[in-house]
Amino acid sequence: MAKRQKANRKYNIIGTRIPLVDSRHKVTGEAVYTEDISFPGMLVGRILRSPHPHARIKKIDTSKAEALPGVVAVCTGVEAPITFGVLPISKDENALAVEKVRYVGDSVAAVAAEDVETAERAINLIEVEYEELPVYTRPIDCTKTVEEKIHKHCRGNTNVHKEVRQHFGNIKRAFHESDCVKGDTFKFDGVTHAFTEPHCCIAVWEANDRLSVYSAQQVPHYLHRALSEVLEVPMHQIRVVKPAVGGGFGGKSDPFPHEIACALLARKANRPVKITFTREEVFLSNHGRHPSTISVKMGVDKEGMIQGIEIDALIDGGAYASFGVVSTYYNGVLSQGPYRIPNFKYRGRRVYTNTPPSGAMRGHGSVNTRYAIETVLDMICDEKGLDPCEVRLKNCLPEHTATINQFRITSNGIQECIERARDQSDWNNKYRKLPYGRGIGIGCGFYISGSNLPIHWTRTPQSTVHLKVDMDGGVTLHTGASDIGQGSDTMAAQCVAEVLGLSMDYVHVKAVDSDLSPIDLGSYSSRVTFMNGNAAREAAEGIAQQLAAAAAKLTGVPAERFVFHGNVLSDRDNPSVVVPYMDALTEALAETGALIASGKYLSPKLGGKFKGAGAGLSPTYSFQAFVAEVTVDPDTGIVTADHVWAAHDVGKALNPLAVEGQIEGSVHMGLGQALSEYMHYRKGQLLNANLLDYRCVSPIEMPPVDVIIVESDDPEGPFGAKECGEGALAPIIPAVANAIYDAVGVRVKRVPVDPDFLATQIARKQDSADKKSKKPRIAAVR
Amino acid sequence: MRILVTLDVNGHQREVGIRPYATLLDVVREDLDLTGTKRGCDMGTCGCCTVLMDGNPALACLTLAADCEGKAIETIESLRSEDGLHPLQLAFEEAGATQCGFCTPGFIMAAKAFLRDKPDLSREDIAYEISGNMCRCTGYVKILDAIEKAAAMLREDEYPEKIPDVQVKTGKKAAGAKAVKKKARSSASS
Repeated sequence: MAKRQKANRKYNIIGTRIPLVDSRHKVTGEAVYTEDISFPGMLVGRILRSPHPHARIKKIDTSKAEALPGVVAVCTGVEAPITFGVLPISKDENALAVEKVRYVGDSVAAVAAEDVETAERAINLIEVEYEELPVYTRPIDCTKTVEEKIHKHCRGNTNVHKEVRQHFGNIKRAFHESDCVKGDTFKFDGVTHAFTEPHCCIAVWEANDRLSVYSAQQVPHYLHRALSEVLEVPMHQIRVVKPAVGGGFGGKSDPFPHEIACALLARKANRPVKITFTREEVFLSNHGRHPSTISVKMGVDKEGMIQGIEIDALIDGGAYASFGVVSTYYNGVLSQGPYRIPNFKYRGRRVYTNTPPSGAMRGHGSVNTRYAIETVLDMICDEKGLDPCEVRLKNCLPEHTATINQFRITSNGIQECIERARDQSDWNNKYRKLPYGRGIGIGCGFYISGSNLPIHWTRTPQSTVHLKVDMDGGVTLHTGASDIGQGSDTMAAQCVAEVLGLSMDYVHVKAVDSDLSPIDLGSYSSRVTFMNGNAAREAAEGIAQQLAAAAAKLTGVPAERFVFHGNVLSDRDNPSVVVPYMDALTEALAETGALIASGKYLSPKLGGKFKGAGAGLSPTYSFQAFVAEVTVDPDTGIVTADHVWAAHDVGKALNPLAVEGQIEGSVHMGLGQALSEYMHYRKGQLLNANLLDYRCVSPIEMPPVDVIIVESDDPEGPFGAKECGEGALAPIIPAVANAIYDAVGVRVKRVPVDPDFLATQIARKQDSADKKSKKPRIAAVR
Repeated sequence: MRILVTLDVNGHQREVGIRPYATLLDVVREDLDLTGTKRGCDMGTCGCCTVLMDGNPALACLTLAADCEGKAIETIESLRSEDGLHPLQLAFEEAGATQCGFCTPGFIMAAKAFLRDKPDLSREDIAYEISGNMCRCTGYVKILDAIEKAAAMLREDEYPEKIPDVQVKTGKKAAGAKAVKKKARSSASS
């Protein structure tokens, strides 16, 4: 109870609905994105892409392109043969193809020219001789012996990139002792981020031989490392700047070939070069969610308690590694919550195929397995006549516990999430009670709030924030945290303003310019609020100490008695003693010059000692329970989401306006994966590489979303906060599928749901129901 | 080869030498440095490049710049005036309707156009009106909130643009003054 009281503590800035600090620039069109930047003499860069899904490059002749007037530089793969990748353990990408091309769209050569037209003409003048190789697009084929391995480092004679096996407890015995064991296999098409801003990068190789790169990036620090390694330039000779970024969702969280190619061109041309992707290139670059086939088997006892889960995941990594090793683990280990799983067995395999690379996408690794688990749990509830909310409540992990694979669970609001989503959606009056064609379903989830282990094994803190306060009173916040629209700049500013008792206009965020910003590992794994927020708070406390000492000097009141609020410092015990912020600052500056403070976050040592113990470790976890109500037209199979109740344990909502935005956005993206979005390939060729045929949910299809913010007050989070931007995606998809079953009695086993197939299944089911069976038969979709 | 055209952009006559096949988006971004209009797809599918032509929304990426002579073009940069921000801009900011912000200018321009003719739309109708614009961050919830909020602000102010004439009711001096100014600006540009 004491804990919850802490959550209700009065704050000045924390917990208030604040517009994002950069929103004024965004509503006026003043915000500067990479494509809005230009430099004198800047050239246009373009990339020649492979027309083949798998081919050996026998010869590249660039002479005609080089001879074209207006062409300044042409680069090919031999100029940068060092491989790179976001994970140090799987560097398998080249800036430009060296020996082989591995998907339609793979980078082959790059051109810098005076204008777009010349660059495009030059691209077409590059002559490449290919020797076509066997094409692998079916993941299952890639697990067997292959004629031509996509990468040399694949396991054995297959195209398997990574295989993971884990077994905790005794799954065989668990199933044997279970009252009901159910399982099924689910198929997931690939989905992609579809952010609105295409990738864009500018490279400037300055006269002092220093490289500046401006890029739409979520993880500028990893780009910095990759540039240094591939170009063989020391890191201090490279400056990476992240301008405003038009959305990422994981799609801008790898160092990309075009970024390195852009730098190569700039070095060769001795002039700034800008590469902007076309929308088709954005789709081909992909790095979206892995197309997957996931089997889940689950056993429960008579009371409905889960006894064990067995998972087999085969995920399609596309042509390159990206975050794939992590994805392979995540597809299993992120099923350890929000329920207590006493026995657990997992096999995960990631294969290379000749399609655009898969990578990290919002909810990385947790989404598809979550769907399978929540659906199987719903099947069990259906068979045993149990209420899905009750069963979930029974199985909830408690607070302050550990999972069987030794994840440390601290704050945990899953129970409150389920109860509030159930009550607000009027679940008890709707489940199995709505008329035919309408249904309600629930899905839960949990997600990491920052990966506990940094990608590169160093002892450097995962996030550092610097503050500088000078005589004008303004607080300059230097951070490497990458605001991609989620509002991390606002979050950091709020943490600082709260500690110093200042209004938000005092804090100025200067983010991600590697010359100025201390390192933050970037916007991935939902780590920024937790880690950067803690660093910002610690830095602000450093400034607060200096101000309190100055106020003590002015008043004679002990420094530790000062509290900060409303732009003043006041004596906690005698509120009539008030020192205006500017007076305290002037006094503090008299001895020191500008006030400087640094704050950091380094995650605690956690986890077990077995292989793969680090995957999925996080200092804390978020929890969700989402309820969806849908209408299914039995004739057409078209599914309409009518209403969503989204309960998310965010620890503490630092800014409820931003939290709601994250959850609503996640619901939107998840509904897309449930109902309409998929990457449509044919023989390795992406057929729907545009925003018309890749169907995101439109404003008309978007249902009302009731966001239910649950605050469990995390003991280690900044002001109790944890993540809210990724975990919110996974639960909506099974919630919709379970609602479809409630509506028409058909299980969706392939995501997204295909209306034609759903209609066929509904018709078939009705026929057979008419003919003989009274009991509804479960039909497979697609 | 370049051709010389005179474009009326945000109330200013701008003479620019353009490639004959340049789109309006190319010209406003690259020749006129009005980078608030965004290039999201270059094929008319995302709406990020929405501008107004004679008050009606147009996708700048599908509009030939050479065809735009004699038409009044408005971009997001025209909305911020000495009177401050446009109600739509204020509402987008306050309602949290902008996250990454890349789609925001397009949404605001599209909304400005339909609110002028239809200031009393229901939430469902607004959703229909903005369905030519894509946002990937917000799930449209807060965008709808913002447009509803702006519509209310505009109705309250009796925002001058929807008033056919300058006859503003007495007792609303501020709105009247704004109306006169707008009127003056629009007559100067046409």
